Amino acid sequence: MSYPVEQNEKFTSYAHPERLVSTEWLAAAIEGGALGNGKLVVVESDEDVLLYETGHIPGAVKVDWHTDLNDEVTRDYVDGNAFAALAAAKGISRDTTVVIYGDKSNWWAAYALWVFTLFGHEDVRLLDGGRDKWIAEGRELTTDIPAPAAGDYPVVERNDAPIRAFKDDVFAHFGKPLIDVRSPEEYTGQRTHMPAYPEEGALRGGHIPTAASIPWARAAAEDGTYRTRPELEALYLEEAGLAEGDDVVAYCRIGERSSHTWFALKYLLGFETVRNYDGSWTEWGNAVRVPIVKGAERGSVPAAAR
Amino acid sequence: MSTYALPTALAEIVDDFQALTEPDRLQLLLEFSRALPELPERLRDHPELLEQVVECQSPLFLTIEAEKDDDGSPAAFRLFFKAPPEAPTTRGFAGVLHEGLDGLTAQEILAVPDDMPELLGLTRAITPLRMRGMTAMLGRIKRKVAASARLQS
Repeated sequence: MSYPVEQNEKFTSYAHPERLVSTEWLAAAIEGGALGNGKLVVVESDEDVLLYETGHIPGAVKVDWHTDLNDEVTRDYVDGNAFAALAAAKGISRDTTVVIYGDKSNWWAAYALWVFTLFGHEDVRLLDGGRDKWIAEGRELTTDIPAPAAGDYPVVERNDAPIRAFKDDVFAHFGKPLIDVRSPEEYTGQRTHMPAYPEEGALRGGHIPTAASIPWARAAAEDGTYRTRPELEALYLEEAGLAEGDDVVAYCRIGERSSHTWFALKYLLGFETVRNYDGSWTEWGNAVRVPIVKGAERGSVPAAAR
Repeated sequence: MSTYALPTALAEIVDDFQALTEPDRLQLLLEFSRALPELPERLRDHPELLEQVVECQSPLFLTIEAEKDDDGSPAAFRLFFKAPPEAPTTRGFAGVLHEGLDGLTAQEILAVPDDMPELLGLTRAITPLRMRGMTAMLGRIKRKVAASARLQS
């Protein structure tokens, strides 16, 4: 880890405290001149493509999940060449400490962090509480767009297997825990998209058999920060029934909300093997001959997968 | 597609967008988001008079009102939008529709092609998913105007 890790009581109780920074820490680092030499880069990643332009943390660069990280023609992420070019343009080198923050309790920020992790970027952290907390605390914003000196980023091939699950992986995973992080209405099949969000064309409503329902936002406190370790344990160990050492797959609708949960399971609770199924409901809900469960019960392992 | 069916103000906005490079188009959309007028007080205190367009990623509420003169000319429709500052893309498009359509007649508004948002040249920069909310916003205005115009005739 190239930049000093924050020490505070809340973070220390997490399995990987080095993955979070607080707004106080970031403000002090910026104040101390941490930005500008390429050792620390702050990245904003939001749902709304124009939100960064309305005002952002001084010195922060923007990465848009849709236009920067997704491949335009394949339903996949960018390749090693495109990622290297993007990182370099944002002033990020391979050994840069990257702090990502965003709107909506960091859900798109967590998604961007997950994609950075697909490329094995070693030191990438989330700003606990994200954009909303920074603003709520009355901290400085600017509309100045920084022009960072180009970073030096190698072409690294993505390594999906450790943290990304595909549909076939989910079939092979049956019998081990799945977490569905969508709203209760989406889980039961009452609806196929988030309340007040656009219909995205899933044909069937319901959930993947055996998945436990823990809506992603329950891992976040009112101020957008992650809940404390005991609170997260109550949620995922007691309520969802996960046990230490479990191999877990999380999913949502397109993989963005489940990145937020993936982060909590992997770095805050310390599960070694956690994968995000980014195909999620827009793939599973539409795929041919794929079993689903309707209603509030988790259901059992499909006969074909036993 | 040509812009012949567009009302003058909207056609000018489309021309402005098309004359720009992609990053500058986003900047122009941001300016429209800042220019979206506040709701008049009578609507501000009565959120139930506004309808939500659920297809938009961020909460957007809108309503229309017909202003009829006694001289027999067709009613002019006034457009009202409400979207939070945290949703600049949604606000920006509401701003485009407000500047382009506010004060026009039902006939003029209903003649706007449903895929008019595509003419702004933002689809790649904003993504098709985000564009869908914009198309839905125009569709909702046209439906409300059509219903209101039927009631009056």
